[in-house]
Amino acid sequence: MSALIEIRDVTKRYEMGAETIVNALDGVSISIDSGDYVAIMGPSGSGKSTLMNLIGCLDTPSSGSYVLKGREIATMNDDELAQIRNREIGFIFQTFNLLPRADAVQNVELPLVYSGLPRKERRERAVRALESVGLGERKHHRPNEMSGGQRQRVAIARALVNGPSILLADEPTGNLDSKTGEEILALMDDLHRGGNTIILVTHEDDLAQHASRVVRLKDGKITSDVRNRAVGA
Amino acid sequence: MFLENFWMALKAIWANKMRSMLTTLGIVIGTAAVIAVVSIVQGFSQVITNEVQNLGANTIIVEPHRPPGKEGKLLGKIALTWEDGQAVMRTCPSVSVATPIVQQFGEIKFGEEASNYPIIGVQPIFQDVRNYYVEQGRFFGALDETSRTNSCVIGHGVLKELKLPENPVGRDLLIMGRTFRIIGVMEPKGQLLGQELDKFVMMPYATAVSLWGHDVEENTAFLVRARTAEVVDRATDEIENILRIRHRLRSDQPNDFEVSTQKEFLNSFNKVANGVTYVVAGVVSVSLLVGGIGIMNIMLVSVTERTREIGVRKAVGARRSHILSQFVIEAITLALVGGLIGIAMGIGVGAIAANLIPNWPGFFVPVWALTLAFGFSSAVGLFFGIYPAAKASRLDPIESLRYE
Repeated sequence: MSALIEIRDVTKRYEMGAETIVNALDGVSISIDSGDYVAIMGPSGSGKSTLMNLIGCLDTPSSGSYVLKGREIATMNDDELAQIRNREIGFIFQTFNLLPRADAVQNVELPLVYSGLPRKERRERAVRALESVGLGERKHHRPNEMSGGQRQRVAIARALVNGPSILLADEPTGNLDSKTGEEILALMDDLHRGGNTIILVTHEDDLAQHASRVVRLKDGKITSDVRNRAVGA
Repeated sequence: MFLENFWMALKAIWANKMRSMLTTLGIVIGTAAVIAVVSIVQGFSQVITNEVQNLGANTIIVEPHRPPGKEGKLLGKIALTWEDGQAVMRTCPSVSVATPIVQQFGEIKFGEEASNYPIIGVQPIFQDVRNYYVEQGRFFGALDETSRTNSCVIGHGVLKELKLPENPVGRDLLIMGRTFRIIGVMEPKGQLLGQELDKFVMMPYATAVSLWGHDVEENTAFLVRARTAEVVDRATDEIENILRIRHRLRSDQPNDFEVSTQKEFLNSFNKVANGVTYVVAGVVSVSLLVGGIGIMNIMLVSVTERTREIGVRKAVGARRSHILSQFVIEAITLALVGGLIGIAMGIGVGAIAANLIPNWPGFFVPVWALTLAFGFSSAVGLFFGIYPAAKASRLDPIESLRYE
């Protein structure tokens, strides 16, 4: 069986003005298997955000190929990308990115709204997702009535609710205190053990210790790709 | 999905109550103006139509008339006599009855009370021609006409003003210095558009002519009743033909009389009413345009403010069309809320106006006006919402998620 993610010789170029061309990604190839927990690391400007946006189907490469679950992403149009994000990707952001006027359930069911699920089913699945992250009691609280940790749990529930192939976490503890951060990382470990594929983008080595594989980027190229013996796979 | 967007829109509008109110003011004012004016114009139309029907839609008025301009000057003497009227009765098959009518303005005295009123000379058939009858006493008979009796019938409004007794029949009045006996009182008609309809005195036509002389006799108008409302036009043609022959008018000469009908009156009123409606429609379209620009402006602000929300929605799988419809529906909802407030205000203003004006047939807003106001405000929302919504739908998700 082929890998879940198969990225081959991908480049991403940005034109900064008439003459200057920046290669944010320069011939990156990586394949990620289902059920893996991969940390993508690198200093700012290394291209890790660009790689994350490509893996998350928010963007398409300038050249190269990205196959997700056997489907070529690089040539998709905006609406097709939206559908892939909806079905296959669960985003977890540093700043949570919840809708402020919507309560927890409404936030969690948002991806299901765009899948076109009927209201009742949406509700049920959103409530189940909230319970799975330990927020069954806070269904009708709005983001501003919750702590940072609770907000990130709502965001994780939203990422999980549509049963995606990949959980894509971008500095998920960056806006949390260390204790709450640990709790969120523990939750992600649980999700990994439950069979979810997780891709974690971070610049902190401590966080990367939770992953089973660490990929380091610099200047748009992969400089190292190692299995973490501490956790194992 | 649609309902979802609608509720979301109401929520967003409610979250910015003040801003939304100010934004929709143009639409509120526009729709309020439409509803108020339409209801008032409709009320007037109703009053006029009622009155015309009351007069009888088949009444025709024939008057001596000098056409304006050189042609008129060349006509020589303008005269219309009751002989012409009798000829009309004899020769026009579409005419059923007719009465001559002459009118002067003069002093009426009862005891110490005196006032000036229109004094009208008519024949006994007048009641049937005008469909207007005595309330007390009797109207003139054939004998009053042939013997030129000094008898009179008064309008209801004269009773009070001259301090006449409740039943004035048999009392004497001084009309332009001559004694007349009151034989009847006409039924009250009230007012029409502020014009008093019950203040007049009537006397037999023959009496009036003998009193006022030859000049008046040659200036007689007729009230003519067509057999049915359907043959009014035909009756008009017949009257014109016979009068042109009698007055020996050549084919290149204009009429030296004027034939007018209630229909013409109604038509000219409708022209005015339509004119008012068009003017208001113009004002309203400007107001809706301003309102629409306001909505576009606030939607652009809203799209900018919610850039992050748009990014999140796109990240979790919203397509362009989802974002587009969300913001278009929000703009339409905003405009519709304005429209509904405007409709409510317009109904309020119309109802107050209806209460202030006497003889109003009752407050009424036609369904088409409501539909129009509703339809137009949503159309404005749609039209002016599309650009901001398209802008929102084209936002790049990566940029939007990074937006502070």
